[in-house]
Amino acid sequence: MTAMCDVAFLLLTFFILTAKPKVDDPSKAEVPPSTVIMPVADVNMITISVGENKAFYSVTEQDVRQEALKAMGEKYGVSFTPEETRRFSLTQVFGVPMKNLKSFLDTDPSELKNFPQTGIPADTTNNNELFNWIYTSRQAERALHDKLLNVSIKADRKEEYPMINTVVTILEKQKVFKFQLITSLRTGQK
Amino acid sequence: MAELDTSSGGGKHKGGKIRSKKASTRVDLTAMVDLAFLLITFFMYTTTLQKPKAMDLAMPDNSVKTSQLPIAASRSMTILLGSHNKVEWYMGEAGKSAPTVDNYGKDGLRKAIIENAKKVADTHNGDEKLMEVVIKPSDKSTYENLVAVLDEMKITNVQIYAIVKITQMEIDDLKKNSIY
Repeated sequence: MTAMCDVAFLLLTFFILTAKPKVDDPSKAEVPPSTVIMPVADVNMITISVGENKAFYSVTEQDVRQEALKAMGEKYGVSFTPEETRRFSLTQVFGVPMKNLKSFLDTDPSELKNFPQTGIPADTTNNNELFNWIYTSRQAERALHDKLLNVSIKADRKEEYPMINTVVTILEKQKVFKFQLITSLRTGQK
Repeated sequence: MAELDTSSGGGKHKGGKIRSKKASTRVDLTAMVDLAFLLITFFMYTTTLQKPKAMDLAMPDNSVKTSQLPIAASRSMTILLGSHNKVEWYMGEAGKSAPTVDNYGKDGLRKAIIENAKKVADTHNGDEKLMEVVIKPSDKSTYENLVAVLDEMKITNVQIYAIVKITQMEIDDLKKNSIY
């Protein structure tokens, strides 16, 4: 009994310490497998999730999120209250256009799951929302931490190429030529 | 381990002698262990042991118009990504050599890449021994296909590769082979 109890608590401690809260990703992207073994960094990272032709956006740093929201608000003529800014800094992943962002942030957190996230508008022009989100975040990171943000693309395996091409073009337009594709580890031989 | 000293120091006086009360000193651990295992089960199910992996991808800087090196046709392999998880590849220039329709995976594309790389290495000298691969995803290919091909580049150790926009002629060719 004593030994079992000891082991149980040891395991419990291990799992509690290694546990990370699961990020609820509204894009529902199922990443494709590959043989790459380099793990994804979890700091200084912009992740663009793509699923069902919709783009979702997330940045790891909370202060960068706040700055980016401020800059985006100025650009698109939307002003956010401190409460909305605070809510936004706690939102991990989002995919709503600027015109809906205010109502998205005003929605009660318990009902946020039902909020229709239509994706961030993205195209290959020089002035679209996804472009500006990435751009303002990178500027904010530069101003706040004097570091460069890494960019990664997390797309669903069944996503068709044109959407991927759009995201890549947006990155190329702001001279991000090196980025990461998120994959899962391939198990077994293929 | 699980005993607690619950005996009181004094005790009642009985028969003139001070005797400590011999109560059971074992504490029932069942409830605690139950809870511990419940929590273990919970954390085991919720933790993700497999962290996602990151594949580095570098695109060429298209803003600087430097003199682009022409790719020697004899050592370039073009891979067209079609629909239905099929690829089509050819060596050299488009239209000049017959394209082969292939599958992804060990016996399909990988075999072809390794064979072609070997052929290029045998017929060229010095710096030109390396094969160049041009990847052209069509609009009907999926992200999984792109990742699979990039992964093959890593597996087969192809040093020079690039993702290039597909041309209309190649799309027509994919259509002809009904993989578009």
